[in-house]
Amino acid sequence: MKHELPKLPYELDALAPVISKQTLEIHYGKHHQAYVNNLNNLIVGTKFENANLETIIQESDGGIFNNAAQIWNHTFYFNTFSPKPQVEPSGKLAEMIIKDFGSLSEFKEKFNKAAATLFGSGWAWLAMDSNGHLDIKQESNAGNPLKNNLKPLITCDVWEHAYYIDYQNRRPDYIQTFWNVLDWKVVEGRL
Amino acid sequence: MKTKTIILLNLLLGLFTLKANSQTPTTFTFPALPYSYDALEQFIDKTTMEFHYDKHFRTYYNNFIKAADANNLNGKSMEEIFTNVSKYPIQVRNFGGGYFNHAMFWEVMSPNGGGMPEGKLLQAIIESFSSYENFVKEFEKAATTLFGSGWAWLAVDDSGKLFIAQLPNQDNPLMDIAPKHGVPILALDVWEHAYYLRYQNKRADYVTNFWKVINWVKVAENYKKTLK
Repeated sequence: MKHELPKLPYELDALAPVISKQTLEIHYGKHHQAYVNNLNNLIVGTKFENANLETIIQESDGGIFNNAAQIWNHTFYFNTFSPKPQVEPSGKLAEMIIKDFGSLSEFKEKFNKAAATLFGSGWAWLAMDSNGHLDIKQESNAGNPLKNNLKPLITCDVWEHAYYIDYQNRRPDYIQTFWNVLDWKVVEGRL
Repeated sequence: MKTKTIILLNLLLGLFTLKANSQTPTTFTFPALPYSYDALEQFIDKTTMEFHYDKHFRTYYNNFIKAADANNLNGKSMEEIFTNVSKYPIQVRNFGGGYFNHAMFWEVMSPNGGGMPEGKLLQAIIESFSSYENFVKEFEKAATTLFGSGWAWLAVDDSGKLFIAQLPNQDNPLMDIAPKHGVPILALDVWEHAYYLRYQNKRADYVTNFWKVINWVKVAENYKKTLK
């Protein structure tokens, strides 16, 4: 199975100034594409040659895991954004956030802290366990909560390549503005 | 009466602690950059150097000083700290590494750098990697294939032989958590912040250009110190 780079659900300049056109050109057009190319090369002749991404993430390690998980993570990340986002959670998700974190602002504060303090490259996640309990996770490098049988709902890429052109060393500023383009409607659809 | 005594005791204790702290020598200095921000343009641009030295490096240093105070590390050498790094809170490993690694990185580059290693160092490189060209190839491979943030290292192992290491985040070969212990003599930063403004996703180009500014004189000095 040949993996393909999925289309972005908006134009490259649609998220500016939160995420600039230049960042998206490189992040999506170069990094995301490179993970797709690398995986396609690495799986030739392995048991993962015809597997889907989720299976590869669950069962592989090393370079195959890194590239497969990075494809999945970036697709999931890019798909969360919209130039015209629903700015707050509603319905069941809103209730779940209040139940597990107290309030939306307390949730954001905890998520922002996880994203800001992750040391090195990685991802901050909001994920749900099989009992419907929400939790925030820090995963380094290509880490993904699917590996621990959790259902990812939100992710924030804190590899420096995700924000360095726009924010340089100011990772907390990137995380703060990240919420301005995050579409809660998409997140609700993932429940 | 009893309360008064306790207050007085606390006050005395507080004064004593204050005095003890103020007398502790600060052993961890923030080194000056040994060249101007734009001196390494063949390799890296002025803006990157400003952010890298003045923001990232300074933040590591400041955070390490806090961690050093909190863990009574003042007066200890970095080597001593790294030998036991797994026994300290993670901040010592992350920020101590960030401080030490960057300080070494600035020193192993020079606007008058480039060229080839000479003498004993060249001999040692050939002994360990069969040729200088092969060493360059292996070092570049370590630097370009490191997944995520980290450093490529040239280090001297406990038997005096050179080896290349690829370590994540701010780890270095002096740390007890390193898979192979050694004394580092050359460091290359491959965190994206080290090259992203100029090279973006093209880390391999950054690694290739590193050789234009490498300070072999300093690397040879570092090597010589390990021979004693």
